[in-house]
Amino acid sequence: MAGRRARLRRRALVTTGLLLGVLVLFAASLMIGNTFYGPGPVLRVLAGQQVDGASYTVGQLRLPRATTGLLVGLAMGTAGVTFQTLLRNPLASPDVLGISTGASAAAVFGIITLGLDETAVSLLALGGALATALTLNVVAARGGFVGSRFILIGIGMAAMLQSIVAYLLSRAAAWDIQTAMRWLTGSLNGATWRAVAPLAAACAVLVTVLAARGRDLAVLRLGDDAAAALGVNVGRARLLSMLAAVVLLAFATAASGPVAFVAFMAGPIAVRMVGTGASLVLPAGLVGSAIVLAADLIAQHAFETRYPVGVITGLLGAPYLIALLIGTNRSGGSL
Amino acid sequence: MTTVHQLTAEAVTLAYGARTVVDALDLAIEPGQVTAIVGANGSGKSTLLRALARLIAPSSGTVLLDGVAVDRRPSKEVARIIGLLPQSPVAPEGIAVADLVGRGRHPHQRPFAPWNAADHAAVAAALAATGITDLADRPVDELSGGQRQRVWIAMALAQQTDILLLDEPTTFLDVAHQIDVLDLLTDLNRDRGTTIVMVLHDLNLAARYAHQLVAVRDGRIHTVGSPHDVVTPDVVRQVFALDSEVITDPVSGAPLVLPKGRH
Repeated sequence: MAGRRARLRRRALVTTGLLLGVLVLFAASLMIGNTFYGPGPVLRVLAGQQVDGASYTVGQLRLPRATTGLLVGLAMGTAGVTFQTLLRNPLASPDVLGISTGASAAAVFGIITLGLDETAVSLLALGGALATALTLNVVAARGGFVGSRFILIGIGMAAMLQSIVAYLLSRAAAWDIQTAMRWLTGSLNGATWRAVAPLAAACAVLVTVLAARGRDLAVLRLGDDAAAALGVNVGRARLLSMLAAVVLLAFATAASGPVAFVAFMAGPIAVRMVGTGASLVLPAGLVGSAIVLAADLIAQHAFETRYPVGVITGLLGAPYLIALLIGTNRSGGSL
Repeated sequence: MTTVHQLTAEAVTLAYGARTVVDALDLAIEPGQVTAIVGANGSGKSTLLRALARLIAPSSGTVLLDGVAVDRRPSKEVARIIGLLPQSPVAPEGIAVADLVGRGRHPHQRPFAPWNAADHAAVAAALAATGITDLADRPVDELSGGQRQRVWIAMALAQQTDILLLDEPTTFLDVAHQIDVLDLLTDLNRDRGTTIVMVLHDLNLAARYAHQLVAVRDGRIHTVGSPHDVVTPDVVRQVFALDSEVITDPVSGAPLVLPKGRH
């Protein structure tokens, strides 16, 4: 039993460490830039004081950007691990299943074909994600709920939606492509306080919902029968968690576009850090935040050109996806 | 664990799609006893157990726990009274034995609430009762089949239910481990008065370890009673379509079926 206590302690330590790591990355995102501001000026700006230069750069540019990055990562991480747990497969993240692509396709359609404004496009993206998830559920759940069928159909839908996006782009005017690009590669460039508010509200409600379901999700990993025997209402738990995850992902995608592979990588990294014993929802959310913040720092400052954050996460995620695909056939996956 | 819980099926019909598997079946589980459900493959015995465990809803009829339909009571409340060891539960990769056994505490816990003394005590007792205290910190994937089955039984024990349902708990185990698991369940029944209901393939083991046998044929109960009432050449022929002779097991005194094949 000493081992159990040790594991609990390690889990608490690692989770605290992750939280600190996210805070450090968040602070770094506020300080680093064309002009470096030390902790002093940054803290004064956060406290609401007027600081020459820093008030605008930190308060109006870097702070909304870092906040968006933090929340987008949190939302994608928790949504991703929820899907992976429910479908008992590390491949089953909403970006691999085409749910993010559904949001992108709807947004691109709204921008290019309908010429909608920003808010309407975000709403349409939300609808796109929900519609994709619903279609996936209807098509894949016929004749029983099988995780692998869900994943294969999801990958197919993602490919189909990608080609719709490509078709729409081929017919678009040059200036629309600029706007539409944000929906193809995740980027924090458009981050404003106005866009942070709905995402923050969605995170506050839905991350709490999913975290409260954390133990149910952990029990669901033992199989539907075992979970039901342990008092989990399997159908309701799955529906509510999936719905919460899809809406959360849709809000995140509306704020930043689909930041590639964050939802996909956060859960498996979290499970390696905190172990299999407990709920993964919050650790995965923190890992997601850390990935987005770190990748955005790299994308903004490591190269001569500034890249969208999704380019960096894509570069990190693609090899991991390949490694996972090679490994799954041998071991059956780890989440 | 002093209250006696009554689990009964009333005119329960169970169907997968249009195919009826169990037809208007009545059954009262004897509290404090070991009941084994036996029958040929496809007779509906596992389906019946799943219905008793509320994993499938009857298309008509009701499964009652203490006179109330199980699906009308909160799922977590039922899970504090009825435990189940399913046929093929999944152990998350890398999970430690004690953590898996700890999942059995789920019906006793609220979201976010930390583990309390009762949770820790229940897990420690379950590990001790199944003789796997030494394995507590080992990953479940590294264990042998027999050890793993003990872990799953320990998880069901940590749930601390008065009724325990088991779907073929001895499948894939060698004969020594089969006896081992059934002895463990007998201890549990004797020491704590836990009501045990299990689906068993092996009629001889069922006759030896159960107080009550339920022989199922084509989704209906053929015979219910003590092993001596149920294990007779006639019943074996009708339920399993097998000619046999029945003698008294010199070791346990239970009836022992000797099948007569063609060779």
